[in-house]
Amino acid sequence: METVLRGKAWCFGDGISTDHITPGRYYHLRGNLQALAEHTLEDADPDFARHAQPGDIVVAGKNFGQGSSREHAALVLKERGIQAILAKSFARIFFRNAVNEGLTPVLCNTDGFEKGDEVEVDLEKGIVRNLTKGFERPCDPLPPLMRAILADGGLTSHILKHGSFKWENTP
Amino acid sequence: MGYTLAEKIIAQRIGREVRAGDFVVAPVDLLLAHEGTGPLALDQFEAVGKDSLGTVTLLFCDHAAPSPRKELSNVQKRLRTFAMEMQAHFHPPGTGICHQVVAEQWARPGQIIIGADSHTCTAGALGAFATGMGSTDVGIAMALGQTWLRIPETCRIEIKGQFPPMVGAKDAILYLIGLLGDDGAIYKALEFGGPAIERMSVEERLTLCNMAVEAGAKTGLCAADEVTRRFLEEQGRRGDYVPIAPDLDATYERVIEFDVSHLSPQVALPHLVDNLQPVEEVTGTPISQVFIGTCTNGRLSDLRIAASILRGHKVHPHLRLLVGPASRQTYLAALQEGLLEIFVEAGAVIIPPGCGACVGVHQGVLADGERCLSTQNRNFLGRMGNPQGEIFLASPATAAATAVEGQITDPRQYEYRVTDERS
Repeated sequence: METVLRGKAWCFGDGISTDHITPGRYYHLRGNLQALAEHTLEDADPDFARHAQPGDIVVAGKNFGQGSSREHAALVLKERGIQAILAKSFARIFFRNAVNEGLTPVLCNTDGFEKGDEVEVDLEKGIVRNLTKGFERPCDPLPPLMRAILADGGLTSHILKHGSFKWENTP
Repeated sequence: MGYTLAEKIIAQRIGREVRAGDFVVAPVDLLLAHEGTGPLALDQFEAVGKDSLGTVTLLFCDHAAPSPRKELSNVQKRLRTFAMEMQAHFHPPGTGICHQVVAEQWARPGQIIIGADSHTCTAGALGAFATGMGSTDVGIAMALGQTWLRIPETCRIEIKGQFPPMVGAKDAILYLIGLLGDDGAIYKALEFGGPAIERMSVEERLTLCNMAVEAGAKTGLCAADEVTRRFLEEQGRRGDYVPIAPDLDATYERVIEFDVSHLSPQVALPHLVDNLQPVEEVTGTPISQVFIGTCTNGRLSDLRIAASILRGHKVHPHLRLLVGPASRQTYLAALQEGLLEIFVEAGAVIIPPGCGACVGVHQGVLADGERCLSTQNRNFLGRMGNPQGEIFLASPATAAATAVEGQITDPRQYEYRVTDERS
């Protein structure tokens, strides 16, 4: 897994729900990820689905991914090439889903970011840098098990590799 | 120091003491998925290569039931085929909303239940530790019979007082979410207790626990007590009852107390669940559609209170009313009691038990600029199939009064029609 991620920011506010990320009206497209991903976040920012580039980073406020358990919310972001999501807090099911799909959730203060800012995340050091605006912020480390799952590329690969849940000091 | 309900249940199941903040691998007693989340869960189960299920697995066709599109029909067919091959329990369209069926037929106090649906927390009303997860977590649990959990900190919600007529569990949980905010309980458990909870039916407790996730919580829980025992007995599941309660000296991160004796009916305004107002502040808002149903408020007691208001009235001509019983059992009971006749005579459409209208799949999609007042749990932008529509959340009583008047209406003006079942 890359430990330094760099990309262009797409900014969203507080409380972005899974209905924003992958609306229920496209329920029937869940078996066709490419088609479903064409509608990613379209009710929050119609430009996102059209113009997001592989490697871009989503930057949001509080409680990102609230609402339904639909893992497709993490999958469509990954399908669009998003490599990390920065937020002040994540809804817990989305948080697990992102890690399970190998998409990195980063907990940090996201005030002061704007659309198009160049962002760098140093996962090893736990630092987020806004290269455009020239500031840096600490980010909260993930729990050891989640780090282990991300390092293995997601939960299913983690289980295939270890046979069970495996992290430092597994009880 | 003692233990919270969440700590106790998990400790009993893994056979050692746990405290909030611990990470554990725990057995899963029951899991569920449906046609929206099931296929991806089956993919993960199959990827792991196990040839049998690791735990009791329930598969539901409830989010698109009956199916409005061939893509969804094919998904339902896959769930049925898988269930037949692997001895999973298949619930075809019409059986009911997964969370209602789990409460009626499956959940037991003291169990660990996970589901690929965020409202899996509903079953906490029976004294289980029940939480929603994504498809991969659930698919892996299907294979291993286990999942990992971080033991949540608990926020104790102590509810006192007697509800006024036409005010109930839905108003209490909406009010609480207004206090906490939609992210006020992220990663935590909400443990409901106090005199008002002890008097509540299991149906009302299900409404409370259902919406715990709307404050970000991992689950909502109630102790399993005499009320739980009677409910399980009525369901023909006498043997499933075990009492379970938190210790009196349990450690809570926070305790919130409130008295419901003077609570007003609550309404959540678009597009967030914590955007709350007492009904007095929003009466007169024109409404195009009212929906009474869902895993939050499609149970028999909900239909009874709505019918008490609608009896002898007509639905306002500018508005349409949808009524969806939460399960086949509820449907049949409402039919036998004559409630469905009251709704149909009033001009309502009865829709089959399911989730389609609430999630925006089918049966109740809003037109541009329309407002719906619904008894469901979420009002996010686009939730009912159209981002140009708006959703207001309220109780079945407020919904029924609104359906008669064509605008948001305080149900307390229909108070004279109710013989309060609680008194």
